[in-house]
Amino acid sequence: MTNVDDRPGGPGRGGYPAEKSEPRETIEELKARIPGWGADLDPADRPAFPREQSLESGAHWDIPDLQPELVPRERSIEHKFLPPVFGTAQPLKGLSGMIRAYAYDRFSEGRVAHWMLLVLGDRVDVVESRFTALAQLKPDNIITETGILAEFKRDGIGSRFGRNRTDTKHMWLDPVIVAGPTVLLGWVAFRVIRRLAKG
Amino acid sequence: MRAMVYRGPYRVRVEEKDMPKIEHPNDAIVRVTRAAICGSDLHLYHGIMTDLRVGHTFGHEFIGIVEQVGSSVQNLKRGDKVMVPFNIYCGSCFFCARGLWSNCSNVNPNATAVGAIYGYSHTTGGYDGGQAEYVRVPFADVGPMIIPDDIEDEDALMLTDACSTGYFGAQLADIEQGDTVVVFGAGPVGLFAAQSSWLMGAGRVIVVDHIDYRLDKARTFAHAETYNFVEYDDIVVEMKKTTDNVGADRVIDAVGAEADGSLLQHATGAKLKLQGGSPIALNWAIDSARKGGTVSVMGVYGPVPSAIKFGDAVNKGLTLRMNQAPVKRQWPRLFEHIRNGYLKPSDIITHRIPLDEIAEGYHMFSSKLDNCIKTVVIPPSAA
Repeated sequence: MTNVDDRPGGPGRGGYPAEKSEPRETIEELKARIPGWGADLDPADRPAFPREQSLESGAHWDIPDLQPELVPRERSIEHKFLPPVFGTAQPLKGLSGMIRAYAYDRFSEGRVAHWMLLVLGDRVDVVESRFTALAQLKPDNIITETGILAEFKRDGIGSRFGRNRTDTKHMWLDPVIVAGPTVLLGWVAFRVIRRLAKG
Repeated sequence: MRAMVYRGPYRVRVEEKDMPKIEHPNDAIVRVTRAAICGSDLHLYHGIMTDLRVGHTFGHEFIGIVEQVGSSVQNLKRGDKVMVPFNIYCGSCFFCARGLWSNCSNVNPNATAVGAIYGYSHTTGGYDGGQAEYVRVPFADVGPMIIPDDIEDEDALMLTDACSTGYFGAQLADIEQGDTVVVFGAGPVGLFAAQSSWLMGAGRVIVVDHIDYRLDKARTFAHAETYNFVEYDDIVVEMKKTTDNVGADRVIDAVGAEADGSLLQHATGAKLKLQGGSPIALNWAIDSARKGGTVSVMGVYGPVPSAIKFGDAVNKGLTLRMNQAPVKRQWPRLFEHIRNGYLKPSDIITHRIPLDEIAEGYHMFSSKLDNCIKTVVIPPSAA
């Protein structure tokens, strides 16, 4: 049985007082040590407060002009309409585009299915893009795109080991966690297709 | 033009891409002179953000020269040197009219739960970002600001997100004179939050991380006490012990979705994407705060649910405060602090690399090699 004075968390008995702990440094010491200590001391005089306030933004419109919708633009079904301005980078395409369009058309942002379909679309997009890049004679290069050469140029070993980093403890597991589900899914798909082919 | 593009998780490359065009009368095209890689770019790089399309150009921290303006732009002209907040916002919608400039509803068709951000997936609007030679900047009369003559370019660059976000995070923590503030995460936002906590009158500032060189920086740059959580069996108990077992008055989560420290949470949240990120730091923040205290969340999380200890937050009567930082609201005060010598944001920069080496830059930052804290990217047209 643990001695009462050897209890985890500290020994003995006591009660918590009403007062705050004694400050470790006086205001004068803090001011001497920290540049600008207390410059924003007044909570009412901080730029984030009050959170909601009318500020001059530079806008000279009530409703912004509408950016032309040159190709149909997907949008959350929680929107009343397509907002006036939007990004036009990487429009929907291919199977990934169909998956993403379905996620936007069918499920609100409140549904996990919406986000999981978008994650699926992302993974399909990567596979599609590998083939597209090959067809365009701009194949992906795993060496240059992963930036793995930085391991040699930026002291990969010295940066990781002997430095008490917690991520090095599960580094060996990371490829298994990241690639494992994909490999497993591929293997299952392979087995299913082979079984179907055999009739 | 040359631009960084996403090629799949952990893979990026630099490609020739079409020049951005004016697509709206209040657009500007900015030639990027400096961009930075942000910690939250790693959530993209690791494939955690949703609707992240191959070919997307990242980069929400950048400054540059106005190259072209749309027909309704009044406040900028070709040749102006501007700093661009990471938020894209209209300045006139319900939210913008109330100062919630990071929550604009007129700029993001893909989601109503988040405003728009440059180069941060289609979930934040589908805008290509600034890790490129040129970038489209919507609402040029609202977001960008001409860099004041007495503010150095790299200080301005840090104000487009990291420094302003850290400063905003310290404000959301409701710091009062003499408070003990714990900051989880010694990346750029955590370091700026720690530094800013002093400006608001903190009596103690404690930074927790597991990367030794970043904790060194927390001591020298942010004048903070530091704890490497790897050295302790249970960092929450240590935070209690150092606060007379009361807990910290204010705690700031400056880690977000990829927190380490629990294999189960890290694997399910950061690696398998079964949660909207790994909530280790947020749960430690909830556990380390005193009853009635405040937790300020600057860490970025994805939209799917995460296993957050909400019951403890309720039972402790915590105030949880959070938002994407409306960075431009912070700039006038931060300019003052820079002019007064209280802050020198560019001191956090550890690496400067050409755009064409950005793949290695991402690997270095992601793997925390070569004591990397903050990397600045220089496009060829600005070299």
